[in-house]
Amino acid sequence: MSDSSANHYWKANIRLVLSLLSVWFFISFGCGILFVDALDTIRFGGFKLGFWIAQQGSIFVFVALILIYIRAMDKLDSKYDLDASKESANPAQGESQ
Amino acid sequence: MSVQAWTYLFVFLSFSLYIGIAIWSRAGSTKEFYVAGGGVTPLANGMATAADWMSAASFISMAGLISFLGRDGTFYLMGWTGGYVLLALLLAPYLRKFGKFTVPDFIGDRYYSQTARLIAVFCAISVSFVYVCGQMQGAGIVFSRFLEVDFTTGVLIGMTIVFFYAVLGGMKGITYTQVAQYCVLIFAFMVPAIFISIMMTGQAVPQIGFGSELTEAYGGGYLLDRLDGLSEQLGFTTYTEGQRSTQDVFFITAALMFGTAGLPHVIIRFFTVPSVRDARKSAGYALVFIAILYTTAPAVAAFARTNLINTVSNAEYASMPEWFSKWEGTGLINFDDKNNDGIIQYVGDPQANELNVNRDIMVLANPEIAELPAWVIALVVAGALAAALSTAAGLLLVISTSVAHDMLKRTFMPNITEKQELACARGSIFVAVLIAGYYGINAPAYVAQVVAFAFGLAAASFFPAIVLGIFQKRMNKEGAIAGMVVGFTFTAAYIIYFKIINPAADSADNWFFGISPEGIGSLGTIANLVVALAVAKFTPEPPAEVQEIVENIRLPGEAIPR
Repeated sequence: MSDSSANHYWKANIRLVLSLLSVWFFISFGCGILFVDALDTIRFGGFKLGFWIAQQGSIFVFVALILIYIRAMDKLDSKYDLDASKESANPAQGESQ
Repeated sequence: MSVQAWTYLFVFLSFSLYIGIAIWSRAGSTKEFYVAGGGVTPLANGMATAADWMSAASFISMAGLISFLGRDGTFYLMGWTGGYVLLALLLAPYLRKFGKFTVPDFIGDRYYSQTARLIAVFCAISVSFVYVCGQMQGAGIVFSRFLEVDFTTGVLIGMTIVFFYAVLGGMKGITYTQVAQYCVLIFAFMVPAIFISIMMTGQAVPQIGFGSELTEAYGGGYLLDRLDGLSEQLGFTTYTEGQRSTQDVFFITAALMFGTAGLPHVIIRFFTVPSVRDARKSAGYALVFIAILYTTAPAVAAFARTNLINTVSNAEYASMPEWFSKWEGTGLINFDDKNNDGIIQYVGDPQANELNVNRDIMVLANPEIAELPAWVIALVVAGALAAALSTAAGLLLVISTSVAHDMLKRTFMPNITEKQELACARGSIFVAVLIAGYYGINAPAYVAQVVAFAFGLAAASFFPAIVLGIFQKRMNKEGAIAGMVVGFTFTAAYIIYFKIINPAADSADNWFFGISPEGIGSLGTIANLVVALAVAKFTPEPPAEVQEIVENIRLPGEAIPR
């Protein structure tokens, strides 16, 4: 792969990681710690919202973030033809063309 | 059958399973010994990572700590799961692409320096030792209470079992025993949680029961409201409100997250899968498996706390159930009848309080307090042992690879044969087990606290060095070495000062910016980053071939040949 497409791939990767990490930060440090008292004024069922995010909700969000990352990276890899499973097939294609 | 008979049965069965797996998966080469041959499927690696990760602290101590800390216990929950987001997004795929055996391998090659490699070896060994002592201690507590052997014998039994399969199978044996141990521990954690949730709230899913109304027998009303009410009434702090300062909780959470992402025994698990894609996937599986326990733990904490208060508060000492006197026998429950009325006053005021309950026993005692059947109690014992042993094995492997691979093969004795290297790896596990056992028997503090220090150290040394190594091509050896040394020394000094040299000063007034020793690792991480970036700015950039390695690990595809 050429240097410029490697560069684009890396930039797209960084953008993805930064956007997922900002959600990560907002939910855990923001909602779970900094604004927890404000969110506690909202109730659902037996939970105060801030307390629930701190002890349960944030963990569900973490799982979701990693799952989104896995899917987005798979897509990015195939867009830039970096899918490891296709790797071995590529040189052969190159020769036949 | 009695609890003890069930316990012996379950412990015997689970231990035979682990040993059977160890014999089946003996390691023949160093590659098998260090990274299980690199052919572990993402699903299996996810389970093994979860077991590797969830230690005696997660299984035994965490819910107990939360049940005494209330909302402040959040830093364990978020810290020990949120770190996986960092691990999955910032480290795992790239380290897999790099494709070597150990964390010091990466540091040494990326920073083209034997000094950096040796500093990494030193950090890896110290972190792992601190952590493994906590596991041995956890195993000792379990044995001493449920198999009624003394604490030292308990630790010795745990040592023997771990030694056996870690030495035989190396990473290969450890991986597959960890898969089995995950199944044992998650089953053992969930069964009593579900039982108790149904009993108290009529909800089978503990995560939902946590926010539900109590059944009539327990007095109705939402569980958490009831718990808040009981706590206030007895003069304890309100369960769903925080007591620690916001900045302290913030920094502890950050230290645990960075530490999670920097722990060598977790990182090396991602070297065992075949490809970068599999590394990403297995990080996802790992967090799913971990989240099952971590979202249940706060529910267990609330159930256990409510149940404990209901059972002991203002009850007659003479009418206490059997578990109470058994735990008293181990010294982990203490009743001192200050006003001689024969009734237990369990209250927040230390002058009037007559009952002290060790936090570490909450999970273990919980099924007994809730009067669950004997086999459930025995199951919890087997689960706690699985949690302690699986983590201990992973840590011992880090110590052994650091000695045999990084110190001998890569630094001091590059000419040793593979056979000799393998023998050294096995020998160093043996020595490590002995030292860990010794410190397990003579260790300070609660299990989870001991472990919390390992996180601070990992956070302040490895996490920044690895992240900069991947994301900052310009980072050079001078910067990385200076950063690691400053981060590690600062964090270790702060913890040692407040915990060992001058424990009397360990209070918020004397802390740096109000950050407790548990949270200081995050400041250490920042110090490491700042120093590394500053030093790198004024020293020569890394050689061209190293910059090429960095370009290469940023792209998935074929791993660099080992």
